[in-house]
Amino acid sequence: MTRYSLWTLLREGLSGHRGWTQAWRDPVPAASYDVIIVGGGGHGLATAYYLAKNHGITRVAVLERGWIGQGNSGRNTTVIRSNYFLPESAAFYEFALQLYERSADALNFNTMVSQRGLITLAHSRHDLEAARRWVNAMHLNGIDSEMLSTAEIARLVPFLDCSPAARYPVHGGFMQRRGGIARHDAVVWGYARAADALGVDILQNCEVTGFVFERGRAVGVQTTRGTIRAGRIGLAAAGHQSVLADLAGFRLPLVTYALQAFVSEPLKPWLDKVVISPATGVYASQSDKGEIVLGGALDLYPSYAQRGNLPVAEQVMAGFLELFPTLSRARFLRQWAGMTDVVHDSSPIIGPSPVEGIWLNCGWGTGGFKAIPAGGWTFAHCLATQAPHPLVVPFGLDRFATGALIDEAAASGIAH
Amino acid sequence: MLLIACPHCGPRDEAEFVCGGQSHIARPGPPEQVGDAAWARYLFERDNPKGPHAERWLHRHGCGQWFNLLRDTRTHAILAVYGLTEKRPDLP
Repeated sequence: MTRYSLWTLLREGLSGHRGWTQAWRDPVPAASYDVIIVGGGGHGLATAYYLAKNHGITRVAVLERGWIGQGNSGRNTTVIRSNYFLPESAAFYEFALQLYERSADALNFNTMVSQRGLITLAHSRHDLEAARRWVNAMHLNGIDSEMLSTAEIARLVPFLDCSPAARYPVHGGFMQRRGGIARHDAVVWGYARAADALGVDILQNCEVTGFVFERGRAVGVQTTRGTIRAGRIGLAAAGHQSVLADLAGFRLPLVTYALQAFVSEPLKPWLDKVVISPATGVYASQSDKGEIVLGGALDLYPSYAQRGNLPVAEQVMAGFLELFPTLSRARFLRQWAGMTDVVHDSSPIIGPSPVEGIWLNCGWGTGGFKAIPAGGWTFAHCLATQAPHPLVVPFGLDRFATGALIDEAAASGIAH
Repeated sequence: MLLIACPHCGPRDEAEFVCGGQSHIARPGPPEQVGDAAWARYLFERDNPKGPHAERWLHRHGCGQWFNLLRDTRTHAILAVYGLTEKRPDLP
């Protein structure tokens, strides 16, 4: 594997770019591995990387039904933030954000982390009170955030309609300066490349069709590329986690919904913050290519269709145009939907499953991308040590029976 | 976009409806015999199938009545519309 650096770039630039090597191998599945991870998205690949990096376990395979990053890792709006309300979530997502901050160096891959600041708008006096409470909770959790006045927001986001006559007047808001965006594909590719370099096998076009049991314990998986045995199996399949659980013979507290996103035609630099408007159910940022990236609320009926419905698309556009009327003539180029695995308390599930030998990483709902580094780090710890990482002890599947739910309204960022 | 055939009002736009989630969930009982695990299964665990799904819908901006749909979550095709207290129809 070629190490990426300014020196390599110069050398390749002068020699016609003929010396680059492939970023990861396309190996033939081995008969058995120490750990199999099902799901080649950000969480699965990060888990494989940290298994090898932090725990020295390199006989690891990541099984992906299609190609890596094909699911939600390639279908999100790339926002990273840790503006959570409850201490358990704040500790976890802050760890994720700190790992993102160091990810480009750690992975030797430009993950294009841009901490441009994330502004949450308050559109009423009551929104403003909730924002103050939210900011105070963040301060108690030791996370940066600051209240903003309407004038400050108008200065930071010049095209936002902050006039008193606006349909959704801006009463103020708050900002997490360390929030921002990262390049979603680069995160997937960076973890894939780094994991592969440490010996992890990334098996694409390898769909899991069943599990192999011995004396009640899961000891392998049946796939479209043959049966593969494993010491431990980690499931990180996001919206398809329930399908895997069904194959393994248990049920999960998940419902799969479509979450849509949209990008406009590329525009000149226009918005250099991430703006979230909970009241209108819209959030927006501008990508490095100049596209305005928009997201909204869930399509509120179960779906595996990887496409959204029109009423929600219309709702998102209408809300966006109330905030940014100057873009009413912009054209939208693409629309897509990710299949989100939504849990009742909007918090993830990381820990043991009801079946021995199988561990779970799921329940990210609408917010899996920002959690990728910490999800991988803690899930690798679970699989390596057979005990939950201290950060994810509260996020076990057992919380539904004990009633210790982590009801994180800030998880979705916008009201679903 | 779904065109949902409300049993009372006929075909209407999906924007008039609200999905109430999985149907035919029986509440366990009697309460003193239901443990925490069984109660959690009732409250939280769902089938969440990739395929035909029996689910409750409310015609909120119409007749205000609940009814059941059998709908494929892969394609969104509506396979059957039936009353709230009726059994899930067997499909060929």
